[in-house]
Amino acid sequence: MAVLVFIEIAEGEIKKSSLEAVSYAKSVADAMGTSVTALALGTISNSELENAAKHGATKVLHAADAVYNNQVINAYTTALVEAAKAEGSTVIVLEKSSIVDAIAPRIAARLNASLASNVTELPNLSNGFEVECSIFTGKAFAVNKLTAPIKVLAIKKNAHAAIDHGTAATITAFNPSLSAADSAVKHISTEKATGDILLTEADIVVSGGRGLKASENWHLIENLAKTLGAATGCSKPVSDMHWRPHHEHVGQTGIKVSPSLYIAVGISGAIQHIAGISSSKVIVAINSDPEAPIFKAADYGIVGDAFQILPKLTAAFEAAK
Amino acid sequence: MKILVCITHVPDTTTRITFTDNNTKFNGAGVQFIIGPYDDYALARAVELKETSGGTVTVINIGGPDTEPTIRKALAIGADDAIRINAEPTDGWFVAQQIAEIAKQNNYDLILMGRESIDYNGGQVHGMVAEILGMPSVSPVMQLEINGTTAKVAREIEGGKEYLELSLPFVAGCQEPIAEWKIPNMRGIMSARTKPLQVMEPFTHEQMTSLVNYELPAAKSGCKMIAADSPELLVSALKTEAKVI
Ligand SMILES: Cc1cc2nc3c(=O)[nH]c(=O)nc-3n(C[C@H](O)[C@H](O)[C@H](O)COP(=O)(O)OP(=O)(O)OC[C@H]3O[C@@H](n4cnc5c(N)ncnc54)[C@H](O)[C@@H]3O)c2cc1C
Ligand SMILES: Nc1ncnc2c1ncn2[C@@H]1O[C@H](COP(=O)(O)O)[C@@H](O)[C@H]1O
Repeated sequence: MAVLVFIEIAEGEIKKSSLEAVSYAKSVADAMGTSVTALALGTISNSELENAAKHGATKVLHAADAVYNNQVINAYTTALVEAAKAEGSTVIVLEKSSIVDAIAPRIAARLNASLASNVTELPNLSNGFEVECSIFTGKAFAVNKLTAPIKVLAIKKNAHAAIDHGTAATITAFNPSLSAADSAVKHISTEKATGDILLTEADIVVSGGRGLKASENWHLIENLAKTLGAATGCSKPVSDMHWRPHHEHVGQTGIKVSPSLYIAVGISGAIQHIAGISSSKVIVAINSDPEAPIFKAADYGIVGDAFQILPKLTAAFEAAK
Repeated sequence: MKILVCITHVPDTTTRITFTDNNTKFNGAGVQFIIGPYDDYALARAVELKETSGGTVTVINIGGPDTEPTIRKALAIGADDAIRINAEPTDGWFVAQQIAEIAKQNNYDLILMGRESIDYNGGQVHGMVAEILGMPSVSPVMQLEINGTTAKVAREIEGGKEYLELSLPFVAGCQEPIAEWKIPNMRGIMSARTKPLQVMEPFTHEQMTSLVNYELPAAKSGCKMIAADSPELLVSALKTEAKVI
C-alpha cells in the first residue's frame, strides 16, 4: 500500500529534486493514510539514504548493484516495477529528469497504470484521483482524472518543497531480478561537465542570449552565476552557434526550468524561450531594448547595456552576501 | 530498412493557447498547425537514413481528418507513405496502443518519435510503445547512427550526454541536433499529393486518464523597472520583496 518514491543519485549524492519527491510522496501518503517507501539504485552511502528518509520515508529499499550506476532504462524500469509490486504500491512518485522521462512511461505501461506527466500540485483525492499537469510547454494546465488502480506521477520541480520531517527509516537491501532484456542497451561512455551546477536542479539560473554578442563574453554570465551559486543557461541561437553547449539551451525545444530565480540577459523573450522558463518563481530581465518582449514575462527589469550592468550587478550581489 | 515515424499535429510554437466549452476543449480557431518540432527532427533523420542506406519511411498520426495537411507535409519532406488512425488522441496510452498495433503488423526496424509532443508534453508514447512491443527505448536521442543491425546513440543526460549501443529494432524519442529540419521542396510537395495515405479506425478505445478541465496560468502582475545605474536596488528587491535569494 505504501507510496513508492524513486530517489535519484548523481555523483554519489541524492539529487535535491528527489528530496522534493520524497516530501511530495509523504504528503500523498498522509492523505491516503499510508507510509512512504523510497527506492535508491546504485552506489550510495547509508547517511545519504538517511537524509532521504528524513524527508518523509519510513522504509528505504536500496539496490546497490553497480549496474545501476549508469542510467539503464530497462533495468531501472524493472527495479521500480518490482519494488512497486513488493510494496503493493498504488501510487508511484518520480520527479522529472532525463532518466525519469525515459522510465516513467515504461513503468506505467508494465503496471497497466495511469501516468501523469509534469504534475504541478498534490493530487486532489476528493473526487477520485485528480492531478494538475503543465501542458503546452507551460502555457496552460490540464486537470486529469487518473482512472487505473495504479497511478504513476512524474512531478515537476518545485511541485512541492523538500521538507525535513526528521523521520527515520529502515534501510533494506533490495535485489530485483533482472533479465537479459534489461541489459539490451549497452553503455559505452559518458561525457559530462563535472562540478557544474545542473541546470535542471538549480534554484537560480543565469541565462545569456544573442545580446552577449560572442562566446568570449560568457565570463560575465559565469561570474554572476558563480556569485549566486547559479547554473548557466542560454537561448537556442546561442547553442546553435556553439557559443554554449547544447545541454544549456533553455526553452520550448530545450530544457524547461522552474527555478526560484531566472535571470535573462540579452534575451529578447521569444515565445519559444518563455515556454521553457514560465514556471520560474521570479524572472529578471536585462535588455538594452525597452520594448523587448522579455519584459512582459519578467517580474523585475533593467533596461541597459549588459556589458556595463553585469559587472556592477555581480559586485552588488557579492556585497549583499 | 523499414522506419516508422510518429508525428503529432500541434499548434505552432507561437500560438496563444485558449480553450472553449467551459475550458474542456482546445480552441483551434485561427491556429496554424505544424508537425511537432521534435517529430520533425525524427522525420528528418529517418529521411536521411533512407537516403544513405535505402528502405522506406512510413509516417503515422492518430488524429481526425484535420491532421491530413500535416501528414501531407511529412510526405513532402520525404516519407513514402502514411497511416492515419481516425480518432482524437485522448491520452498517451490510447495513442501508444494504436502505434504498437500498427508496428506489430509491419515489423519496422526502427520506430522514431519526438522526445515529447508540444501540446500535452507527456513524453509518454515512446516508452509505452516500446513496453507494449517488448523493445528497448532510448530518449532523448541527440545522435543516431545505424550500422547493419546495430545502432550507436547519444542520449542527453543532465549536464552532458551518454553513448549507447543497441540492436534493432527499438524505439527512439528524438531531439536536436539529430538532424536539421527539412523544408519540403516543390517536387516533394507535388509527389506528396499522390503518395498513399491509409485511414484506419482505432483498434481499441482503452485509456488510463480522462480530462476534467483545462486552466490558464494567472497573469503576471507587471514588471518592476529598476534603473541601470542602481543594480543594488534589484539585489534588495530580490532579497526582501521577492525573497528568492
Ligand atoms: C520551432 C521553434 C522552436 C524554438 N525553440 C527555442 C527554444 O527552445 N529556446 C529559445 O531560446 N529559442 C527557441 N527558438 C528561437 C526563438 O524564436 C528566438 O529566435 C530566440 O529565442 C532568440 O534568441 P535571443 O533572445 O538570444 O536572440 P535575439 O532575439 O536576437 O535577442 C537578443 C536580445 O539581446 C538584446 N541585446 C542586444 N545587445 C544587448 C546588450 N549589449 N545588452 C543587453 N541586451 C542586448 C536585444 O535587444 C535583443 O532583445 C525556437 C524557434 C522555433 C521556430
Ligand atoms: N497523436 C499522435 N499521433 C502520432 N504520434 C504521436 C501522437 N501523439 C504522440 N505521438 C508521438 O509520441 C511522441 C511523444 O508524445 P507525448 O508522449 O505526447 O509527449 C511525439 O513526439 C510523437 O512522435
